[in-house]
Amino acid sequence: MTTAINIKSASTNIVNLPVLEISKLAVGYRGSEGFQRVVHEVSLLVRPGEVVALVGESGSGKTTTAQAVIGVLAENGQLESGVVRLNGTDIAGWSQKQLDTIRGRKISLIPQDPTSSLNPVKTIGAQVAEVLQIHRQGSRAEIDARVIELLARVGLSQPELRARQYPHELSGGMRQRVLIAIAVALRPALIIADEPTSALDVTVQKRILDLIDELRREYGTAVLLVTHDLGVAADRANHIVVLKGGRIHEQGPTAEVLASPRSEYTRKLLADAPSLGKARIARTRSPRVSGSDDAIVVGNLVQDFSIGGRRDVFRAVDGVSFTVQRGTTHAIVGESGSGKTTTARSIVGFQRPTSGRIIVEGIDVTNLRGESLRRFRKTIQLVYQNPFASLDPRQTIFQIVEEPLLNFDPLPREDRARKVQAILERVGLPQPVLTRRPHALSGGQRQRVAIARALVLDPQVLVLDEAVSALDVTVQAQILALLNELQQALGLTYLFISHDLAVVRQISDTVSVLHNGRQVDGGPVEDVFQRPGSAYTRELIGAIPGQRNADRH
Amino acid sequence: MSRYVIGRIGQAALVLWAAFTVSFVLLQALPGDAILIKFLNPELGLGPEQIADIRASYAVDSPLLVQYLHTVANFLMGNFGYSIHAGVPVGDLILANLSPTLWLSTLGFLLSLVLAITIAALSALSPFSWLRSFIQSIPALFISTPVFWLGILLIQVFSFQLKLIPIINPGPWQALILPVVTLAVPISAPLAQILMRNIDHVLTEPFVAVARAKGASHRGVLWRHVAKNAVLPTLTIGGILFGELLAGAVVTEAVFGLNGLGGLTQRSVNDQDIAVLQAIVVFSAAAFVLINLTVDLLYPVFDPRLRVRQGAVA
Repeated sequence: MTTAINIKSASTNIVNLPVLEISKLAVGYRGSEGFQRVVHEVSLLVRPGEVVALVGESGSGKTTTAQAVIGVLAENGQLESGVVRLNGTDIAGWSQKQLDTIRGRKISLIPQDPTSSLNPVKTIGAQVAEVLQIHRQGSRAEIDARVIELLARVGLSQPELRARQYPHELSGGMRQRVLIAIAVALRPALIIADEPTSALDVTVQKRILDLIDELRREYGTAVLLVTHDLGVAADRANHIVVLKGGRIHEQGPTAEVLASPRSEYTRKLLADAPSLGKARIARTRSPRVSGSDDAIVVGNLVQDFSIGGRRDVFRAVDGVSFTVQRGTTHAIVGESGSGKTTTARSIVGFQRPTSGRIIVEGIDVTNLRGESLRRFRKTIQLVYQNPFASLDPRQTIFQIVEEPLLNFDPLPREDRARKVQAILERVGLPQPVLTRRPHALSGGQRQRVAIARALVLDPQVLVLDEAVSALDVTVQAQILALLNELQQALGLTYLFISHDLAVVRQISDTVSVLHNGRQVDGGPVEDVFQRPGSAYTRELIGAIPGQRNADRH
Repeated sequence: MSRYVIGRIGQAALVLWAAFTVSFVLLQALPGDAILIKFLNPELGLGPEQIADIRASYAVDSPLLVQYLHTVANFLMGNFGYSIHAGVPVGDLILANLSPTLWLSTLGFLLSLVLAITIAALSALSPFSWLRSFIQSIPALFISTPVFWLGILLIQVFSFQLKLIPIINPGPWQALILPVVTLAVPISAPLAQILMRNIDHVLTEPFVAVARAKGASHRGVLWRHVAKNAVLPTLTIGGILFGELLAGAVVTEAVFGLNGLGGLTQRSVNDQDIAVLQAIVVFSAAAFVLINLTVDLLYPVFDPRLRVRQGAVA
């Protein structure tokens, strides 16, 4: 705070005046263990029309910083010290009442999760109109007209209809467009975009980010972009600020940070980010790959679900075929609703396919019933997406990993303990975690536990359903390396379900691209990436963030 | 939509039939005999033959199944039988006792709504956290207050000490004031608790942060965004509480000497007046079913997400 310079007197040159100037910001939360500071001495500048990306992993304090700027910290959060200047005025000490006069008008927010960021019981039109009403922008008729105009501007078809609809009637991408319409409605000087596309499919992500870019240029609004994705930051920001543990590790112009990172941490982030195309997992193929035996054969798989009435069926998977060689990784890629998880569930035997053929390790899965189906689970195991929800919080890690053993051929207690310990060592977990419960472990450690639980039965095939999607990039890189190492040591076959093409390119040998239940592309992964066989695959590849600057260099 | 309504009405009919049958079996299984309780009284001086005649006139010795089918048929035609004890049609008996209960429960429920909403609103609007935790502890006090004690306390204070409400021959409205308050206080507690919990929950939803980011004040957010979302889950519990009230508030009616369904139930249990009890059970079940049906049909009105029956989403 000693650096408080009188910006006002120097503000004759409006162009040079930063829209946002944060100086030595400190934010903390009151918890059960007293007050804990999570943001330390953060200082940054956002100039008019500029995009500044706040990059960091979970717990880095990036969202807390953004929330502190706009004054929407959680109830137990507190802005301890520091200066937050908006257009030269320090708003750090302002009351909520004072902040109400500038929020929405001078500074606005594009939130993270479009599904929960709109009031479910109010119409879209009313929610867009609200920001105009609060700041008294004209008569009712004028506001209604402006709402339609805004909805049309953010690219929503039939804006009059949309205004009358409720949030649940719109897709995630459409809802994010509505939230953008709210954020730009009064042409604020600064928009805080807090992970605006993390919950969206990759092609939708690209369109939304393009829209934000376009509106930013049109209105001259500056954007503080909070993101965990270095690829997104690389594509969209003029300036990158790297946060870790609540402190700034590095900041500078995007090209500089990407080309010659100064801090060790930034270098690691860049190396681990799959989308920047720099990360490559050293894959030395095991010799068995050359053999021609197939671990999984899927032929013309069709899966229908009945909806509502007796005759209405929804075809979730429509004629998917592929084979996976033993000891290799096959990826199923697609956006939400593409049928990739449904395909995986049919292969594991959770549901009977409507038609088609599934053979796993020589076993015809479609004919399995009762006990033979249960036995089949020893051959194939699943690792789920969310390492927080897929482990029973009341069990110790030992119990979690031991449980599958109890379900099959009974082993003496000492043998089970030996097996559990061996597999935990195999996945790189220290012995002391055996007695802990999941909540005491980090996300990466939990996913290692989930992998250990799947491997303890010595399966031949592992189905990884978005198994690394919820993890931070550095942790993600570690888990991918672990999976690669396990595959080579144990000769495992992986079926890797993912929406993330960059990760798929890193880890898999062959790939099937699914779109609306149909297989639109397939084959060896480099072939598909180099010579995509369908327009949809090309669009998917084009939407991977982090390519713009790579092209520029 | 109409198919949904028909389905719900079918379910309601099924529930009513089940309530009738279960209560029929249970009441038949009761030890004791209403006719013997009334007519074996030595003062009446009836001989065994005469009692046997009476028993025959009530058809109490015919097989259970015949009695059951007979009663079902009568109920369907709106004939609820005769009270053994009072000797009048059960329908008349219930109608006579219905009006005080209806008034008492409706007014009591409305007052409890007002109390609950006031407590929840005060808690949400209180600027200090100590004040809020104090307000949030009020429902716990309300729910642990015994009804008979509260009733007697209110009579003591308002009738005997302050002499505001006459205890002897009060007007029809004056007579209702204290019982309504007595009834409303404990009912308001669960409603207030659920409301406050919902408000706290909704306040943490991302759409509230978005509303704040639009520049909406705390008060504006509570009114425009939180209120409706927080009230929705209380509809169900509100319906259940109101249904319980309609079945009669035994203790409150006893304390204030009101002739409602609660008192009638109590007397009929003492007299083992099975016909009356059977009708009361069916009436209470019908009230419950009707209220729940109303609540179910109201939900789509308040919550647009329930208006369209959505198919499976892949």
